[in-house]
Amino acid sequence: MDTFARIRSADRPNVAAPAPNGGLALKAAALAPPTAGLVLLFAGLALAGGPAAAMGQETGDEKADWVVPRTPAGHPDLQGNWSNATITTIQRRDEQGPVYTWEEVAEIEGWVYDSRAEAYADSDPNREAPPVGGVFTGDPLFDAASGGTGGYNSFFIDAGERVAVFNGEPRTSLVVDPENGRLPSLSEEGRRRLGERRRARAQFGAFDNPENRPLAERCIMSFGSNAGPPMLPNYFYNNNYTIVQTPDHVMIMTEMVHDVRVIRLGEPRPLPKHVRPWMGDSWGHWAGDTLVVETTNLHPNQTLQGFPPSEEFKVTERFTRADETTINYEFTVEDPLMFTQSWSGEVPFTRLDGLVYEYACHEANYALENVLRGARAEERRDQGN
Amino acid sequence: MRYETSRWLAAARRPSAIRPRVGGSGIRGLLAAVLLVAAPTLFAGAHAVRAQDSAADANIPRTASGRPDLNGLWQALGNAHWDIEPHAARPALAMQPGPVVPVPANEVVAMGAVASVPSGYGVVVGGEIPYLPEALARRDENRALWLERDPEIRCYLPGVPRATYMPFPFRIFQSESKVFIAYEYAGAMRDIYLEDPGPPQVDSWMGQSVGRWEGDTFVVEVTGFNGQTWLDRAGNHHGAGLRVTERYTMIGPDHIMYEAEMDDPATFSRPWTIRMPLYRNVDPNARLGQFKCVEFVEELMYGHLRKNPIR
Repeated sequence: MDTFARIRSADRPNVAAPAPNGGLALKAAALAPPTAGLVLLFAGLALAGGPAAAMGQETGDEKADWVVPRTPAGHPDLQGNWSNATITTIQRRDEQGPVYTWEEVAEIEGWVYDSRAEAYADSDPNREAPPVGGVFTGDPLFDAASGGTGGYNSFFIDAGERVAVFNGEPRTSLVVDPENGRLPSLSEEGRRRLGERRRARAQFGAFDNPENRPLAERCIMSFGSNAGPPMLPNYFYNNNYTIVQTPDHVMIMTEMVHDVRVIRLGEPRPLPKHVRPWMGDSWGHWAGDTLVVETTNLHPNQTLQGFPPSEEFKVTERFTRADETTINYEFTVEDPLMFTQSWSGEVPFTRLDGLVYEYACHEANYALENVLRGARAEERRDQGN
Repeated sequence: MRYETSRWLAAARRPSAIRPRVGGSGIRGLLAAVLLVAAPTLFAGAHAVRAQDSAADANIPRTASGRPDLNGLWQALGNAHWDIEPHAARPALAMQPGPVVPVPANEVVAMGAVASVPSGYGVVVGGEIPYLPEALARRDENRALWLERDPEIRCYLPGVPRATYMPFPFRIFQSESKVFIAYEYAGAMRDIYLEDPGPPQVDSWMGQSVGRWEGDTFVVEVTGFNGQTWLDRAGNHHGAGLRVTERYTMIGPDHIMYEAEMDDPATFSRPWTIRMPLYRNVDPNARLGQFKCVEFVEELMYGHLRKNPIR
């Protein structure tokens, strides 16, 4: 029930019952980080008929009061635990504009809240046994992960419950460039490589070998490019990160699968082209108060939204403390061999109050063994032995 | 124990053992030297760092707040990862009876000398692990069944203190608010909490680490183990109730004296300690590599479940 309370303490403007000057409050809210305190402040002022200018002034003061915490070296302090879980999708749906209205945000987050509440409700002890093969929910993540058997129910899943708010805007996609919020087209070479990859895969059944299973199922990398880079939410669970800064390094640990990325600060001395670690080779520098990290040499079997990075892949990430509880994370992917143009995204990383526990995946990966064992058992059955 | 550490510290203070870490010449070098000497004094008042005038202390790099600066790429040398107790070289870890004497087991014979165990002078203070009788029997059984039982073979997380002296480097990330260790082997890592979060909420391979400074020594208490980790490749083991107390003491600019006390009344008759120096990798090109061995052991672990097994 604590989780409920957390969801219920929504720090979004309460737009279900519009105030007399609701439009104004909404506009003001959209310009400010939607913290609970601010929203209450707006509501109070709106009821008291306070002038719009005063509201704007308050917003300015709130922002001005926050001072970027700094390390002894004078750089913004990015350290701690963070999460990029969100219900805003990576790519935008075709018919959408770039931002939601706050009414839409309330509706979407309310729907997430209601569906969680339903899922957390006690089970009916007198319910019928589920049918053979399970009950498919229609949610591809649930269904893929549990085969409709409820193996991963809502207790396990922490897929995000908030719309991503970046610079005060509730976003409809994490990708912001191209302007339609969708990944650019593949280049001719990109299409050729993807086709080659698909043909290579098609030689095998999905359960023939461990190498035919997804990286996450093999406990090699998280699903959904959590570690990246770019570091994107997986819309499932454990979207958590720990950042530590030293004078010459920034360390980012991605909870799934305890993946440590060591970002070295200073003049890049990149790895030779053929050495391609899973998360590539990252070099960083400070540009004012923004940490800029450039990464090349990403492992060829990494996938970004289903696309393998080429040997020309480069991602530039920018980390900026936006407020006490937010890092603005921006990234640009350049892969001229794969894509017709670069693409960029903006993701809020929100402070995670709590510990990040050990994600020991491989050590008890009964799933991979049983997936393969099950496939062999089915083959024996089909052959009549 | 304290006496022996002092002896190391004394050795580190001998002029021949001291290598100035801050190089450069002219004004910069001079300035650096002055700062090095002055640093402990400068920060002594505010941060309770003992003002010490020994050459060794002056050579220890320090953070902005005056703590010893453990940042860097470190590695244990020696053969503790094979067997932490003193041992002679032997043909292999996995053996089988031969017509005259035992010989390497079939599984490792193709590796030849690469799979042979080098000798080791041992890192256990006092030489021998004080096992309870049943635990000693278990160790001997582990040793005989090494191929089936050693978690390293399956690329499982190494636990503490084994992570420290695996034949891989590790990097300590130390800031004013965080201490974090990333190990090359298996991508293992530890976030060492500087504020005690209370008893561990879950058992884990790497345990829960809580760190504090005792003077210039960084002391880490590690609990919350799952009891599945080992101490070396020789079958030395412990239970889930293990409490490890680690001590990281810089004894020079490029050396840490590492101690780990093992307390596990279900396995050992008394607490006991391992001790070894850790060496900084001073190669400017050195970096923490990636040894994500999970995929390297797939054939071993799942090869028999392929549609068409290759062996």
